[in-house]
Amino acid sequence: MKRKWLVMMLVLTMTTLLFGCGSKSSSSSKGESSVLDAGAGENATELSYWTFVELHGQHFEKMLEKWNAANPDRQIKLNVTVMPYDDMHNKLSIAVQTGVGAPDIADIELGKFPDFLKGTPQLVPLNDVIDPYRDTIVKSRIDLYSKDGQNYGIPTHVGASVAFYNTEILKEAGVDYKSIVTWEDFKQAGIKVHEKTGKYMGTADTSATWQVSQLLAQQGTDLTDDNGNPIVNSEAMVKALKLLKDLQDNDVIATIAGGQPDTEEAYGEFNSGNYATAFMPLWQMSRYTNYMADLSGKIAIAPIPVMEKGMPRSVGGGGTGTVVTKTAKDVQLAKDFLAFAKLSLDANKEIWNTLGFDPVNMDVWDMKDVTHNPENKFVKYFINNPFDVLNEIKNEIKLIKSTPASPTINNVLCTVTLNEIFEDGKDIKKALDDAQAQIEQELK
Amino acid sequence: MIKRFLYSQKVAPYVFVLPFILVFLVFWVYPLGSSLSMSFQKVTLGQDAQWIGLDNYTKLMGDKTFFKAVANSAVYMVLTLLILIPFPMLFAVLINNKFMWGREFFKSSFFFPALTSVVVAGTIFRLMFGEMEGSMINSILGIFGIEPMKFLKGQVTGYIALVALATWRWTGVNMLYFLSGLKNIPDDYYEAASIDGASAWQKFTRITMPLLKPTTIYVLTISIYAGLAMFIESMMLWNGNNSPKNIGLTIVGYLYRQGIEKNNLGYAAAVGIVLLAITMIINLSQLAFSGMFKKED
Repeated sequence: MKRKWLVMMLVLTMTTLLFGCGSKSSSSSKGESSVLDAGAGENATELSYWTFVELHGQHFEKMLEKWNAANPDRQIKLNVTVMPYDDMHNKLSIAVQTGVGAPDIADIELGKFPDFLKGTPQLVPLNDVIDPYRDTIVKSRIDLYSKDGQNYGIPTHVGASVAFYNTEILKEAGVDYKSIVTWEDFKQAGIKVHEKTGKYMGTADTSATWQVSQLLAQQGTDLTDDNGNPIVNSEAMVKALKLLKDLQDNDVIATIAGGQPDTEEAYGEFNSGNYATAFMPLWQMSRYTNYMADLSGKIAIAPIPVMEKGMPRSVGGGGTGTVVTKTAKDVQLAKDFLAFAKLSLDANKEIWNTLGFDPVNMDVWDMKDVTHNPENKFVKYFINNPFDVLNEIKNEIKLIKSTPASPTINNVLCTVTLNEIFEDGKDIKKALDDAQAQIEQELK
Repeated sequence: MIKRFLYSQKVAPYVFVLPFILVFLVFWVYPLGSSLSMSFQKVTLGQDAQWIGLDNYTKLMGDKTFFKAVANSAVYMVLTLLILIPFPMLFAVLINNKFMWGREFFKSSFFFPALTSVVVAGTIFRLMFGEMEGSMINSILGIFGIEPMKFLKGQVTGYIALVALATWRWTGVNMLYFLSGLKNIPDDYYEAASIDGASAWQKFTRITMPLLKPTTIYVLTISIYAGLAMFIESMMLWNGNNSPKNIGLTIVGYLYRQGIEKNNLGYAAAVGIVLLAITMIINLSQLAFSGMFKKED
């Protein structure tokens, strides 16, 4: 009998071991790697680059060819690895933390960036390579990736928020999107749309803060105060959410599967024409061309409605800072290439051509031959040219600060608070007070 | 000399268990020790850790999200115990019955889900329980005139999906444990009972259940552990570690959020130690209660 007991204990221990291993291996994914030669010779230095957006790799491929042709003595082979969003950031943070296995160059998303700036950042300051271009690019986009005057990341786009209207639905209801200026106009239009078509004018986002940021920027405030402390239960915030809640109560906006327009489920909902409007940063354009083919020729871009005429109509949303790690093989080469690939005039034109982003060099916004190129797939897809709208709101693009508290604020708002307000109908002030308390507790 | 050492009857057993001991030391004792020490530290990216005493633990005691995670894991564990022990046992008895038809077919079809990856299964369940009218469950409900539900946004409905996933996936595995236990019960007992005029129910409660006790205890032990340590299922079902209102957040999910997503490894280590304590207390008392530690005669 005793032996049986021992055997069982052994089996038990081994199975628990198996359980542990099994769950770990199934969650990890290796990602896809590919080495870009781009005409590099034998003496080229091989640099590795991690990203979570496949398209970014395509942009680098184009810029790499130009770099290798222009710098025959400093040629580069780029080893690009594409991984899913969470995976890439988690792996990068572990690699940077342990000092082993980090790539030379990496993309870090704005929402994760503050985590990499904690304490002494393990990234290389890029001030010297940014300096030659500093006058040509939007300053606030660099500031997002900075700490104590050191710039650690190179921005990709401005991410100006705009409204995307489905004109087919609006026409059916007899609404002209050009006449929508204030939120009151939007509400009246939405009531009409819902009565005539049964469809919703827009979304009540539960898993993203795009709308909240837009409404805060209009009122000239932020999610954090000047010292970077969270103020999510401010009056401006209550006002913003009351406005959205009122729209929801009038069937103008409704929650959407996936929780916000930039998710797989929501692409499907938009594509089948169940929602007429998305208020998103300009990069949502590439989601339309890639995932919502049925809407081609139906979407118009316009400034976002405001609470009162004269308020700023846009805010920069999202963003990716490309960094060089301290463990990079050839730090200077990586820095020079990065500046060339993302800050030069050529690079900024390509960022629009390949990625459909609003480049950080605003001079490009005025180059009609680039922005109005009839062959461009984004120009073809949309009814009006995005740069006509961008130039109209050019001086109104505000910024929501990125602070050490930001990842926590986003996490609490997007998992708990917005769901409580839009799904459960919890009192707005109470929900925001709870959120503030939870965030303060987590930041302790 | 070496030969004598190797051939010695006293040494040989130790040589055989050595690989296990080494693996145990390197992959269990060492990580356990270092996470214990880490739970008293503040660990930051690429910098030396600072000792902060009990700060992580005191913070944990005031952390509502952590208690939400503990409650979620506990409820999940209890639900899986209630479903994944009686039903697999019943199925095993049915399949073990010689008069049952299609035994091999049922055996393999029950076990089949265990072979799929949790990642695939979780993704498919997410689509099935989607909130759109066209998702599978909602279109079935539609036949009966029930309005589409937002399954993955509510606490109760979310758990229906989660437990459905666990049941679908683990019933077969637990059934196999019970089947192998049943094979060890000699037929003579049942024959003798039949001669004495025992009913099928009496045979089940008086012969099958007591003789299956070691298997049941084993399944119970691993189910308690698996229930409390569940993570991937929830992560896949909600497409990430951040479910609405944290309805799907488990203890391990919280550990992952703090340690990996927020780079707060010291705090995450404290979460891990608390999880270990909870699991050990439940399992040890369960084993003691069922008499596993009694001296054998």
